[in-house]
Amino acid sequence: MVTLTAPETSTDTNAEAAQHAASTDSFSVDLAGSPVRELNQALHNAVDGQSWTVANPEGKHSLAVGIDARVSVTINGHAGYYAAGMHQKGDVTINGNAGVGLAENIMSGRVHVKGDASQSAAATGHGGLVVIDGNASARCGISMKGVDIVVGGNIGHMSAFMAQAGRLVVCGDAGEALGDSIYEARIYVKGTVASLGADCIEKPLKEEHLAELGELLAAAGRTDNPADFKRYGSARNLYHFSVHNSTSY
Amino acid sequence: MTITSLPAPAQAPATPAQHTEELGLRESATFDRATIADIQRAAATGVYDIRGWGAKRKVPHFDDLLFLGASMSRYPLEGYREKCDTDVVLGDRHASRPLHLQTPVTIAGMSFGALSANAKEALGRGASEVGTSTTTGDGGMTPEERGQSKHLVYQYLPSRYGMNPDDLRKADAIEIVLGQGAKPGGGGMLLGQKITERVAGMRTLPVGIDQRSASRHPDWTGPDDLEIKIGELREITDWKTPIYVKIGASRPYYDTALAVKAGADVVVVDGMQGGTAATQQVFIENVGIPTLAAIPQAVQALQELGVHRKVQLIVSGGIRTGADVAKAMALGADAVAIGTAALIALGDNDPRYAAEYAALGSAAGYYDDFQDGRDPAGITTQDPELSSRLDPVEGGRRLANYLRVLTMEAQTIARACGKSHLHNLEPEDLVALTIEASAMARVPLAGTSWIPGAK
Repeated sequence: MVTLTAPETSTDTNAEAAQHAASTDSFSVDLAGSPVRELNQALHNAVDGQSWTVANPEGKHSLAVGIDARVSVTINGHAGYYAAGMHQKGDVTINGNAGVGLAENIMSGRVHVKGDASQSAAATGHGGLVVIDGNASARCGISMKGVDIVVGGNIGHMSAFMAQAGRLVVCGDAGEALGDSIYEARIYVKGTVASLGADCIEKPLKEEHLAELGELLAAAGRTDNPADFKRYGSARNLYHFSVHNSTSY
Repeated sequence: MTITSLPAPAQAPATPAQHTEELGLRESATFDRATIADIQRAAATGVYDIRGWGAKRKVPHFDDLLFLGASMSRYPLEGYREKCDTDVVLGDRHASRPLHLQTPVTIAGMSFGALSANAKEALGRGASEVGTSTTTGDGGMTPEERGQSKHLVYQYLPSRYGMNPDDLRKADAIEIVLGQGAKPGGGGMLLGQKITERVAGMRTLPVGIDQRSASRHPDWTGPDDLEIKIGELREITDWKTPIYVKIGASRPYYDTALAVKAGADVVVVDGMQGGTAATQQVFIENVGIPTLAAIPQAVQALQELGVHRKVQLIVSGGIRTGADVAKAMALGADAVAIGTAALIALGDNDPRYAAEYAALGSAAGYYDDFQDGRDPAGITTQDPELSSRLDPVEGGRRLANYLRVLTMEAQTIARACGKSHLHNLEPEDLVALTIEASAMARVPLAGTSWIPGAK
């Protein structure tokens, strides 16, 4: 279910990309002169091992969506809505900020934003790793279904709403109603939590959790100490309809 | 609902029902027996009633319309000799691979989970046999369904259960669901009895929980976002796949206009009689508007934007006969969708299961506890023994028969009105039997030229 991109794997990819930097497997696209449609079509036709650099994204929407090959894409600038939407297999790096729905429904592979991300980052993601070095806005990880998310800064309200599976790691603070109606996803927060949503509780941080948190932080290239985090998850009290829960809904 | 949850009386008094009228007993129109049973059930359980099916209350419907037929000034077509085409193209506004269906009667979205795998396969088989489409539901696409469906519409729902780009690229069309007629503004619901290991796995949920899915999409809000979302789905599918937007009928004039502006290829409008697998009864019966009231509003929006017939309109919610199909199309729909009627064709509410319905506290013709997963007909269940009662090949054959009858009935009416294609039916072919239907459908009251509210 959960696909974690190990650090050594991404190192290999980077090395491979560097090796092909001067070859025909390396492509540059300037969105100031060509439409997003051409970029996405080219990425859909791409084969494993190719690397792409995108200039002048200027906040355009749906950049690098639907990738389904082990390609490496670097976007130099800000991306609009749904950057790297429904991503599979490859690596996408955004040297800027990302708009609403970054890497929504990601299945596998890795998406890395060097700046901040807007609302609903990694929404409904089924797998893969999403790294946001800056802050993420509201509803980060909403309805997540197996994706791993590591946020270097803070996250906004209603994050991990109805989160079903996967791990959300927050190195800063979390906003209101964290993990409302959460299922089996696990949340780790280093800073403060403004409030927990319905049926979300703090849980003990055991050895197994320290270990997986350490792996996630390392995969995101971070040096935070896992022991500084608190873990949150489902109390599982709302899994079944009950008269006695009517005030919780 | 059933009354099985009520505590059984120690000794059932033998009250012969046929004597109530002779005794001069008067039933209250306000507190009728169904209402009394609802109050008793609520008092006994403390939980609202959840059930399947659509609105059961009587609302103005296609029954309240009649066709005028040809006479002196209109020439009819020969019933078995002159051609009356039924095909429809859906999604040619922006998509490079629109659907071309042989009949305008399509199968509405119903999930694997709500329905058994056999039922989904039977729907696919029946639809494919007559060249029409079937639709996934809130729970993803199964290989059986994809394999048996020539034209498969993949629903894009708020929950995104089982949503993935591989299936998205396999879909013949994508239907972004904003709501459904049975519950505009409500999310999906699937109770624990039906969350088996396979269903739970497809939805990434713990086995056996009561699933209550989201009512709003997680990554877009409102028409401006929807336009960007449609753009993303088009980019992922390389602009090949038609994109529908489905709305539950509440404000169909505005919703249709906004869906068109957001870039939809097809708008699907589902009236309040449209079915559900599990929803609160209070929601089903009190939210949304009748199908008849929704169609003219949606058509008006399309006409004002100059896209009627370019952005196709699919209407669902209470389609039962070829006359209903013809009436929906005469009011301006390009196609219709059936859900409840398709399940009945497969064997739902069949009197042959009368004893078993009785054991569940219901009766053939009344059974609506689709949420319970104990369907004697093997359709709305995940129980292997019950599911095995529905033979998908035989079920598919029955559905194909029914779809052929609907199509031929609609042709019969169209020829009588002198139309060589179902799409040539028009509001001028219709009159209404009641003032209410006349006002909603915007066709004259029979025998008059009066349309209430017309300017």
